[in-house]
Amino acid sequence: MQALDAIVQNYNYAITVFLMVSGLYIVIASGNMIKKIVGLSLFQTSVYLLYISAGKILGGTAPIIDRNYTIYSNPLPHVLILTAIVVGIATVALGLAIVARIHEEYGTIEEDEIFKETGL
Amino acid sequence: MSVGLLTSVALAAGAAQAAGGHAVAAKPFILTEHLPILIVVIPLLAAALTAMLRNGRVAWAISLAVSWILPILAVMLILQVEEKGIISYALGGWAPPVGIEYRVDIVNAFVLLIVSVVGAIAMPYALRTVELDIDEPQRAWFYAIYLLALTGLLGMTITGDAFNIFVFMEVSSLAMYVMIAMGRDRRALIAAYQYLIMGTIGATFYVIGVGFLYVVTGSLNMADIALRIGPAFAESSPPVMAALAFIVVGISLKLALFPLHVWLPNAYAFAPKFATVFLAATATKVAVYILLRFYFSIFGSAISLTDLPITEMLLILSIAAMFIASVMAIYEDNIERMLAFSSVAQIGYITLGIALANKSGVAGSVVHLMNHAAMKAALFAAIGAILYRVGTARMSELGGIGRTMPLTMAAFVIGGLSIIGVPGTAGFISKWYLGVGAIEHGWWVVAFLIVASSLISIIYIGRFVEVAYFQPVSEASEKGSDPPFSMMLSIVVFTALTIYLGLDTAWSGQLAEKVAAVLVGGLAQ
Repeated sequence: MQALDAIVQNYNYAITVFLMVSGLYIVIASGNMIKKIVGLSLFQTSVYLLYISAGKILGGTAPIIDRNYTIYSNPLPHVLILTAIVVGIATVALGLAIVARIHEEYGTIEEDEIFKETGL
Repeated sequence: MSVGLLTSVALAAGAAQAAGGHAVAAKPFILTEHLPILIVVIPLLAAALTAMLRNGRVAWAISLAVSWILPILAVMLILQVEEKGIISYALGGWAPPVGIEYRVDIVNAFVLLIVSVVGAIAMPYALRTVELDIDEPQRAWFYAIYLLALTGLLGMTITGDAFNIFVFMEVSSLAMYVMIAMGRDRRALIAAYQYLIMGTIGATFYVIGVGFLYVVTGSLNMADIALRIGPAFAESSPPVMAALAFIVVGISLKLALFPLHVWLPNAYAFAPKFATVFLAATATKVAVYILLRFYFSIFGSAISLTDLPITEMLLILSIAAMFIASVMAIYEDNIERMLAFSSVAQIGYITLGIALANKSGVAGSVVHLMNHAAMKAALFAAIGAILYRVGTARMSELGGIGRTMPLTMAAFVIGGLSIIGVPGTAGFISKWYLGVGAIEHGWWVVAFLIVASSLISIIYIGRFVEVAYFQPVSEASEKGSDPPFSMMLSIVVFTALTIYLGLDTAWSGQLAEKVAAVLVGGLAQ
């Protein structure tokens, strides 16, 4: 019961872990190169949530100085994650571009078919 | 944990606001004060410039100029550090730990020197091989990508900010994926794809680890984290342990620690020849540096290493790499893949020194960063030259190549002797330090294993030497002759460096010992 309470109270971390594990699972288990990239993207997305959760302060407002408010959320994680999102987009774009080239060269994006053909 | 987490974040936010009010006042511009940023910005701007060019030769000339300037800056940084101690450069004038800090001490100045010197020596080699490997419309872009990779590697090394490392890591990694994918062989695409998947998982693991560190310490500045992590560990150890686990596994993927090395052999074998030489000599070395930093300067400085269950893991995996990867190299017919497996084994020696965690052991690791860069670059450059002339790197087709390409094979033999660890070559020095470190630690068995694994490398190097010198000249080998001057220049300099670092250790050995003293000296008891 206590464990369940802990999960419900920290539901944001539960979601983070779920996204992280399912993304990583897709990368490992799927043989389709596009699905792998999607899994990778999901895996990266979970990290965004991990950082943003840490930056949120209960009852805090946007970090703009105003005499009516004293508690502010921490803006730094948001800035970091903006950077991480850009990196993530670049990775996914490059990954998909390579998959497109692989499709041109091999006529398939299934890993096992390609490994059978090239003997890698 | 949740409450402590929120207060620490709130404190950090408060500190950020307090310090954010007043930036450091502007000072007159003095060039030598801005070396830390110049070494990153020069290749970055040159990358943007070459990306706009359409002429491969002009792009090469610019890359050459930049690659030759960078070692000068690196040497100037080392001299400054020796004279004045740690250099702290506040980016944009924002004082650390709020702003991003570029922090140069003897450790990363040494790594900067390795990366920039390898780039400088390898650059002449690029001229002819890139003309063979890359079509004219893409050549200028290839150089732009190379400069970006160089920027990323130098940036990772020089920055003192844990999140900044991630950004530079991705800059260099994305550039490397592209460089590998540009190989002529269509298997290069598969190699690049595999590297992209593994590399991104590694980088994401690293970011998760940094996230945990930020949550418990409220800082991203590495020197600042090192100060705050001890109390955080005393308060609650699980998040610190989680951070350590994620960071070590993530970086191990990047440095190809056995068994996380599967991306490496194909990436090295199918990349364009110049990319192989450059990446084999630099990429994994910088990842090792990041591991050294986190292991010794951050976690190790605050928490006794005996409380961190990594030493045993590193020891076992290092020894597994030394033996299993070496045996895999024996069964490889493609010489580039053989050398790539040998790289995995050599990484094993480097991480072994980290596991020893005493002065001699770490000095062995550090000096091997430089020695292995020189000898592996020489070996890959020699094989690249054979590929350039003959078009194959299959051992079975290269009988008698030593007679048609005498200078190239001579370079290969010297590099190979260094891999084995013959006295008079660079490899011997590294293994000497590691052996001394193992004995000082009381691990006689490990010292014995270092020698035993060297014997395996005699087999795989010896196999090719036998094929090259004692077999009749094959049909493919008849096409061979020593490569053009520009390529030969790089091969000869890398080979000469391999011998020089083996004979004159006054300089490299002393520097490595200083680096090791800084790393090990900061350890908590």
